[in-house]
Amino acid sequence: METETNVLTMTPTFVPIDDARQDLSDTATISMQIPQELPLPVAGQFAMLWAPGVGEVPISYSAIGPGRSVEHTIRDVGATTKALLGKKVGEFIGVRGPFGRGWQLDELADRDVLLIAGGLGLAPLRPVIEEASRGDLGARSVRLLVGARNPTALLYPDQLMDRWSNLDTRVSVDMAPASWPGGVGPVTTLFERIDIDPETTSALVCGPEIMMAVVSRKLVAAGLGPRDVQISLERNMQCGIGHCGHCQLGSLFTCVDGPVVDWASAAPLLDVRER
Amino acid sequence: MNSSTTPATLSQLAEALALNPLLGGLRPEFRQMIAGCAVVSEFEKGERLLSIGEPCDYFWLIRDGRVDVEIHGAPFGTLTIGRLERGEILGLSWIATPFTAEFDATAVESGTAIQVDAACLRAECGSHHELGRVVYQSFATLIRDRLHATRIQLLDLYERQYGN
Repeated sequence: METETNVLTMTPTFVPIDDARQDLSDTATISMQIPQELPLPVAGQFAMLWAPGVGEVPISYSAIGPGRSVEHTIRDVGATTKALLGKKVGEFIGVRGPFGRGWQLDELADRDVLLIAGGLGLAPLRPVIEEASRGDLGARSVRLLVGARNPTALLYPDQLMDRWSNLDTRVSVDMAPASWPGGVGPVTTLFERIDIDPETTSALVCGPEIMMAVVSRKLVAAGLGPRDVQISLERNMQCGIGHCGHCQLGSLFTCVDGPVVDWASAAPLLDVRER
Repeated sequence: MNSSTTPATLSQLAEALALNPLLGGLRPEFRQMIAGCAVVSEFEKGERLLSIGEPCDYFWLIRDGRVDVEIHGAPFGTLTIGRLERGEILGLSWIATPFTAEFDATAVESGTAIQVDAACLRAECGSHHELGRVVYQSFATLIRDRLHATRIQLLDLYERQYGN
């Protein structure tokens, strides 16, 4: 069986794109059905998506279910992502995965949970937000704090305004026209404006690494335990199974030990200056 | 600045100051001195509280409502770069010469604030050095936090892509 697993994790399975929708000018979400031979992912894991003849990139799951349907939200940042976004509905892409360690949702039972997302970091948190919105997270309370550069760069605005409106949601942008109804300022101002009981609060933080570092440091300064802050590390994932070493960060292979790690593990590694 | 002011007793103002996150921790006698320079003010949606280059004669401890800190100029028009809410302080330019506002500030939601007369407070601080020390120390903390927030904004945190 192990041989089969290795074949499945190392060899892409061709999967047709069921649907595609444009989220932002440079960002779109594709949906597909996970074939029976591949395992179902959990929130926070990622897949390696392959555009044949171009390349392969790690992309988080931005929706999981119902059934075997999943979504990936992809930003056009290079040749491979451009090729993936250029695929039409019905065309095939290669899929390996799911890989990695997802959000540790069992640690959120009866906790006051902060879901903090910056920019495209909202995508890997989306399955957790959906679960929270359905009341399935088991948390005592859930607050969703979202930061973006400006209102037009905000991902999933319809879900934020509509489907997730039952959550205590706050959005802040770095700059905005006066007609913008949300907050203006760095994402850190959002949790500085709410009452937090550090003893009962856990946080899931996702976004660019520098944003997660800034937010996590402020959360810990506010009294949260470093193990109660989970972040999702972005590194150069390639094999997805901890063999190639491209994603190594200190003693972690982030493709298997992450992408989700707690701040207690991540802080000493992120504090090291890179040359 | 057209906001209307409401009479309040010194003790009412000092009690209101006690609720402010920045100044609430000051000793009661210092809050009483600040209260001597303060009134309760109301502002209406759309009201301009500060204008770039104009004297910054007051600062406000916002009790409710929301105020935008704005900058304007081609090609952006007017951009909101900060939105202040309950518990936050509007107006830092009162603290150092030339005491003129660096940004516009416009109420986007009607509200109330404790409005502090800057010249009065500077004079009090000049006469009572311990008051001056704690007030300037408190505002140095606020300025540090705003500087930190501004640096974070300058980092353009969200432009680094996640998941690609």
